[in-house]
Amino acid sequence: MKNQQTFQIIGQASPRFYSLAAVAAGVLGLGLIAAWYMEYNGHWVTGMNNQVVWGLPHVFAVFLIVAASGVLNMASIGSVFGQAAYKPLARLSGLMAIALLLGGLAVLVLDLGRPDRLIIAMTSFNFRSIFAWNIFLYTGFIAIVALYLWLLMERRLMKWSGKAGLLAFVWRLVLTTGTGCIFGFLVAREAYNSAIMAPLFIAMSLAIGLAIFMLALAACYGREVALGGAMGRRMARLLTIFVAVVLYFTTLQHLTGLYGAGSYGIERFLLLEGGAITAMFWLLQVGAGGIVPLALLLWPLSRQRPPGWSLSAAVLVILGGLAQVYVIIIGGQSYPLNLFPGYEISSSFFDGAIASYGPSWPELVLGLGGIALAAMVVMLGLRILPILPTSIVEKAVDPPK
Amino acid sequence: MRAVLIMVAALFLISLGDGDTPACAGGLQPTVPKAKGGTCVRDAAFMRANHMNFLSHRRDASVREGRRALSEKLAGCLDCHAVAGSDGHAVGFDNPKHFCRACHDYAAVRIDCFECHNAKPGPLIRQSSASAGQAK
Amino acid sequence: MTGRRDFLAGAAALALTIAPGVTLYPMAQAALTSGPASAKNRWGMLIDANRCKADCSACVGACGEENAIGPAHGPAIQAQWIRKVDLRHKGSGRKLSLPVMCQHCAEPPCADVCPTGASFKRADGIVLVDKHRCIGCRYCMLACPYKARSFVHETVTDQAPHAPRGKGTVESCTLCVHRVDAGGTPACVEACAGLGHGAIIFGDLNDPTSEISKRLAEYPSAAIRADLGLDPGVRYQGL
Repeated sequence: MKNQQTFQIIGQASPRFYSLAAVAAGVLGLGLIAAWYMEYNGHWVTGMNNQVVWGLPHVFAVFLIVAASGVLNMASIGSVFGQAAYKPLARLSGLMAIALLLGGLAVLVLDLGRPDRLIIAMTSFNFRSIFAWNIFLYTGFIAIVALYLWLLMERRLMKWSGKAGLLAFVWRLVLTTGTGCIFGFLVAREAYNSAIMAPLFIAMSLAIGLAIFMLALAACYGREVALGGAMGRRMARLLTIFVAVVLYFTTLQHLTGLYGAGSYGIERFLLLEGGAITAMFWLLQVGAGGIVPLALLLWPLSRQRPPGWSLSAAVLVILGGLAQVYVIIIGGQSYPLNLFPGYEISSSFFDGAIASYGPSWPELVLGLGGIALAAMVVMLGLRILPILPTSIVEKAVDPPK
Repeated sequence: MRAVLIMVAALFLISLGDGDTPACAGGLQPTVPKAKGGTCVRDAAFMRANHMNFLSHRRDASVREGRRALSEKLAGCLDCHAVAGSDGHAVGFDNPKHFCRACHDYAAVRIDCFECHNAKPGPLIRQSSASAGQAK
Repeated sequence: MTGRRDFLAGAAALALTIAPGVTLYPMAQAALTSGPASAKNRWGMLIDANRCKADCSACVGACGEENAIGPAHGPAIQAQWIRKVDLRHKGSGRKLSLPVMCQHCAEPPCADVCPTGASFKRADGIVLVDKHRCIGCRYCMLACPYKARSFVHETVTDQAPHAPRGKGTVESCTLCVHRVDAGGTPACVEACAGLGHGAIIFGDLNDPTSEISKRLAEYPSAAIRADLGLDPGVRYQGL
């Protein structure tokens, strides 16, 4: 007889749960205050300017959106690729996907110059704009994942959850492609104008999403259970592959840039002379986000890996992913446009100059507010719906303790 | 069915009410400053009910299609509907005596026109008189 | 209760309720003073780098005055619809100076990427931001290859009546559309002509008898970043 997977609600009468929720609510409140402060005074109170128009809020927003798409991958592995071990995790994966996307969208919308005009953004569309398409992709994603979650939890309709899972899987690939194409379609910027942005973003979503999911599991079940058993070994193996794929696309992107004389300038800036950008690229993105996690995940090849190593790798991947988004968004804007090839240029409008950008407190607090919103949505979902499997121990592989 | 008919008829009768005085609020109304000049581009009752659609239509025509009508410019409205402040000059939108604020504060309907538009009457477009570089 | 009678009564009552709201208000407009803008015209400018003086920025000053662009909290957020760029050829050392503004492309990337359609190209080629629709996302600023756009980072007061501008929206050179629609020329062109330099001329690119068309037909001209294929309305000679 097949073992019925059971799910639980958590957090009833738990002081730890509620104090965590209170902290998240506090950060969210501060984020809202920061958003109001930026909107009321105008963006001059931030570090963004006419040269670097998208700053820290967009770094957080893109990171959260990419993470949302990636975190759904756990459900897809179960529903679409049929790996039975992942099926119990589908509900948590779906909930986190919705939560992270909501957090990212909130930051994006609250940073708009005219957030009071959201109605216009939702009724007046220019369908040549990938940004307009993304509005549909993001809202559609929330609706489809909500539908998927419902089908998973409704016993009579569970047989349809596979189809919903497939739809969600395809939708999130299109969504991540769309997010990458926000940058990839820009002919003006040397750092962006490339088709590789789409697969790069998909690879980033896989790595970041899995890393965040591992952290969430460790928070819910404890490090040992979440990352020490067979499930943990599977996820560690997957994370290794995903990090390697991200490194592959990053290498390809920069190697291509280094090949053509015309792009020496942008590559020299990003890889060598960009100051903080270059440091973030090598130390955080490639080093902490790529090489070190690979070492942590591959090193003890034959022996049991201590779950702490997997957890550290996941944290580093998250940090590296955030740094990668920062380098892409801020670094890409900092490099000046080349209006007159062959000429040195200077003007009162910072032509020819590397733009300087310094993140400001309102931007950081708004970004953190988005993360807090995502955390609160997850906690709310866990509190009112049976999302968490009672046990993630694989009975066939792990002997009962 | 009869009850529904009676309710619908009642709604119809209420909607026919006198356009000047709101049916409720006990006859309290906003004090609308008198405009100077002759007649408005449309009559008062029409404007009261439709000025938002009128403005919406006009602004798209002006900005997106380039169909400008000199007598229907926002600056033209401000010319006649300007309210003088204590210093004798026209008041801006931050002053509650501004014409638009008289009703919009009362109705608690926020407008954002004057985030971009100057709320005070000003000089009309300077006609270019230079012959050099004159467009053919 | 007979079904048909009740239905007809209900329908009639409903129609009478809606009727007062459906006013066919007189939308007969006042006589138009301009427009509609039509594709018969294509407004453009021609800038002669040889006539542009390195130490002169009259065009910039005129634009600022015409559109009431006041000072901002610092140069990094100062709105500039037109700016003078100083060039020095890396190989030969030759120096140039010329103004750069919105190039009013025939295929504007800013209009392509705007999610709400606020950034658009008018039928006569002038690229504008419809501030009524702009949500301030700044995506157009990323997309513009000429860095022509500015974002209004702070509250604006004392706007010129013909050039509304406000906090939280994006703006750029309007080719003085308010003047053009009244049959005039942009302020920068007028200022340059007024000083006797004549480095910028304005005209209808679709009119073969206009001065700008004649000059373009006679001497070679270039567009900035011509490789992008955007077909700008602003051309340069003497590069």
